[in-house]
Amino acid sequence: MGGGLEGNAIYRAVYGLVVDTLGWASWLAYFIAAMVIILIVVNGVLVLGTLYTWFERRVLGRFQGRLGPNRTGPFGLLQPIADALKLMFKEDIVPRGADRLVFSLAPIVMLVPTLLVLAIIPFGRGSFLADLNIGVLYIAAVGGITTVAVLMAGYASANKFATFGSMRAVAMVVSYEIPLVMALLGVTVLAASMSMVAVVEAQHLPYLLVAPLGAGVFLVAISAELNRNPFDVLEAESELVAGYLTEYSGMKYGVFMLAEFTNTIVAGAIFAVLFLQGWQWTVLSPLGSQVGFLGFLDTGVVRQIESHFWFLFKVGLFAFAATWVRATLPRLRIDQILSLAWKVLFPLSLLNVLVLAVEVIVWPEPSVGDLAIMAAINWPVAGAAFFVAARLVSLGTRAPGLGVGAAVGVR
Amino acid sequence: MTLRTEPVVVSIGPHHPSTHGVFRMRLTFDGENIIDAEPVIGYLHRGTEKLAEERQYTQVITLTDRLDYVSSMTSNQAFVLSCEKLIGLEVPDRGMYLRVIASELQRIVSHLIGVGFFLQELGGFGGTALMYAFRERERILDLFEMLCGARITVSYSRIGGVFADAPADFWPALRRVLDDMPGYTDELEALVFESEIVQSRTKGVSPIDPVLAVNASLTGPVLRASGVAWDWRKAAPYDVYDRVDFDVPVGANGDNYDRFWVRIQEVRQSLRIVEQCIEQIEPGPVRATDAMLFRPPPGDSYVPTESPKGELGFYLVSDGSIAPYRCHVRAPSFINLSLFKEMLVGWKLADAIVSLGSLDFNMGEVDR
Amino acid sequence: MYGLGVLKGFGVTLKNFVRKPFTVQYPEERSVQHPRFRGQEFVWYEDRCTGCASCAKYCPLGIIRIVTDPDGGHEQEGGDYKVEVFDIDQGRCMYCGLCVEACPYDALHMGSTFEGATTRREDLVITMEVLNERPKHPSTWFRPQLEQQAVDPFGGAPVDSGDAGREAYRWHPKRSEDAPGGAGK
Ligand code: SF4
Ligand code: SF4
Repeated sequence: MGGGLEGNAIYRAVYGLVVDTLGWASWLAYFIAAMVIILIVVNGVLVLGTLYTWFERRVLGRFQGRLGPNRTGPFGLLQPIADALKLMFKEDIVPRGADRLVFSLAPIVMLVPTLLVLAIIPFGRGSFLADLNIGVLYIAAVGGITTVAVLMAGYASANKFATFGSMRAVAMVVSYEIPLVMALLGVTVLAASMSMVAVVEAQHLPYLLVAPLGAGVFLVAISAELNRNPFDVLEAESELVAGYLTEYSGMKYGVFMLAEFTNTIVAGAIFAVLFLQGWQWTVLSPLGSQVGFLGFLDTGVVRQIESHFWFLFKVGLFAFAATWVRATLPRLRIDQILSLAWKVLFPLSLLNVLVLAVEVIVWPEPSVGDLAIMAAINWPVAGAAFFVAARLVSLGTRAPGLGVGAAVGVR
Repeated sequence: MTLRTEPVVVSIGPHHPSTHGVFRMRLTFDGENIIDAEPVIGYLHRGTEKLAEERQYTQVITLTDRLDYVSSMTSNQAFVLSCEKLIGLEVPDRGMYLRVIASELQRIVSHLIGVGFFLQELGGFGGTALMYAFRERERILDLFEMLCGARITVSYSRIGGVFADAPADFWPALRRVLDDMPGYTDELEALVFESEIVQSRTKGVSPIDPVLAVNASLTGPVLRASGVAWDWRKAAPYDVYDRVDFDVPVGANGDNYDRFWVRIQEVRQSLRIVEQCIEQIEPGPVRATDAMLFRPPPGDSYVPTESPKGELGFYLVSDGSIAPYRCHVRAPSFINLSLFKEMLVGWKLADAIVSLGSLDFNMGEVDR
Repeated sequence: MYGLGVLKGFGVTLKNFVRKPFTVQYPEERSVQHPRFRGQEFVWYEDRCTGCASCAKYCPLGIIRIVTDPDGGHEQEGGDYKVEVFDIDQGRCMYCGLCVEACPYDALHMGSTFEGATTRREDLVITMEVLNERPKHPSTWFRPQLEQQAVDPFGGAPVDSGDAGREAYRWHPKRSEDAPGGAGK
């Protein structure tokens, strides 16, 4: 593995520096160079995550007719730093009756999977830490660990709200893993590979257009995995105060929040890779996917930088959309969430895989034209499926425990 | 094999994000389902009724501001109506009209807050609906500041009318608010009314049977949502409500959605009432007497009024002195809570919070 | 259940996203206050005050403390009392304005500010000296004569005792037909 690194300019520079100038062993050079890259990637994404806390508050503010944080620094840009400072200086309280070890471990368990996922995300042309051949599977596997962290936090807090929150989380995430994996499966079928890089390269058209059903299911399922609106039942502030976070304070709370916001960014990255062509940009230029706007400067570095830009742009789009959803949708109830997963998303994702599989048999290794034909088929299928689902399934309430008596005449 | 399970008792409140102040409920859960519910009140008890007994009638007006602090105007009005009946004062027309205009604006404010928090409890929108409600409320509170110098603790009514006429710039400002208000309300409606999520969360949840509602002497939007068209403004018009034309919106099922729907409709009706009042109001005195000290003849009085929360009335007993001998507040929020258990048991935690929001009670009034 | 209502909601939030924010950036920018605003820092004209203590009596909280000297020999308008102590414990005041309403000689007015935070409770008690020294920006609350004079309590010039209008004995029950506020809509 590490196949992607050789193409990376920074890696080559550090590697060359260590081997040529210092004359150290090549394995050491590999280690140091990889560490540098990891440092850049991890910190870069964490900074993006903290920036996202600012971004979301600003954008949410505008959706609500206010400004959002604008006091710290230009446009309030230093707000995340102020928040972090505040959290650091707060007393770190571990409630009596809490399981100290698990309580302290939970934030770490929450953050680490987020960072692990970064290993396989191609941030740009030739910029990735590892091109795992089972990349898509890896996402599903590693991403699921956060649930354990939530469960740990909820159990260790010795707080009823926290327990409620973590129980909801487990019920929800277990249900949503299935449609999520199914949606990923659709992508795998289309790209005929589980490698993230291969998926990007196979996307002559964004899979959002080719497989709208899969993309839709993925979006819904990923917002459930991220505990974002309308699925934020596990920290539903009007019901559970802060859910599994109720007892956390100080930097432990900070790490949880950081992990959550970074998770959103990472989810945006995954979505960009799987459904929005990753670093490519065919939608904007029908001519072809391999030449950028700056194509005339067709040197490797420029193209690489440009590809990063497109990637970030797509992540930003996802972040904006996530905030927009948060500003617009109320929360679903836990039983509605579960029935949505099992009654709607699961069948839809199965249908998605089925249709795509048939199409891939007809057009193996689809070109742009083939993908366009697939899109033309898939959109009506998706529409019809959505219509049928909306028609058949009701998320409505069950019969109340109370008997409803006779109505009086006054109306 | 069956696992043994135990019900969990969770104490929600008094410090909880959605308990409308310092309300506490002890909920017993079986999983997510509520099997028992018990309201615990009294955290905001300030002894208003007792305080009123050692204050002159005019001074009690300031206490009524603090009963239902999101609708002080209507509390003021209810109290002075009762005093006027006790004393036997005739209020000049303009005073009555001003009181009705102020009260209807206050009703809009109160319903906006009620709806805003109801939607907030429904799960956020990240606070969007609440922000919209507050934005509209702000406009009206500005009007109140013009009228009486305060936004929340207004003390606008006086025994025998209102303390002063509206300033000249009040009327154009009121006009602007009235012109903008329907648009605002439309916006709020578009955000939530047809939203499938809101509907699936609220329709059919925690219905109150009309017979039960009447027997529990619920009043206000909560009663009307259950399909009982009972409104003191129609049943026993006070001030000038007999001269204006308005409808009483009535729900069909008495569920959370209906309670919420009735409030939004009442906002529209209140706008209608204010419009008519502006047309009908004539120049003239606004206050029957400038006196601040009253010695009502011994006796008692009670005038039921329709506050945004329900029937609000002050039962006053006079012994002929300058302060009421006894002042009892019939607080709608408190009495509307009486079906608390019936509404909550059998539903889920998320529903319970929303049902509580749909009752739109105010702890200042519950605990007094 | 087709999601159309949800889409409509998305439209509403998007509309607000491009709209100008409604909020006011407080320290730099202030929302409009109205002349009747019942603010902190009472305005009190010593030469008008007779020490009648109507204000103290009508305050629902009893937080105005007045000590008078019956033979002060102090030349006061409308009375012979010399006011020796005139304290208002603003820390407990609820700015209801009943004291102003009660004052028969238009000596006491509501103030116009709202930024009177201090670090100690004692500082909130405003005494005669403080009341005398303060620039006088009376609120027009319950002072229709000031309203007619178009006094602007926010930013306008201070109104001294001589400039502030007086009400012609409007508290007198026999003269209630003079009550203001007959004028127009
Ligand atoms: S404003 Fe009200 S509380 Fe304050 S001193 Fe005057 S009467 Fe008393
Ligand atoms: S009521 Fe007016 S005149 Fe009498 S003591 Fe108070 S401020 Fe002075």
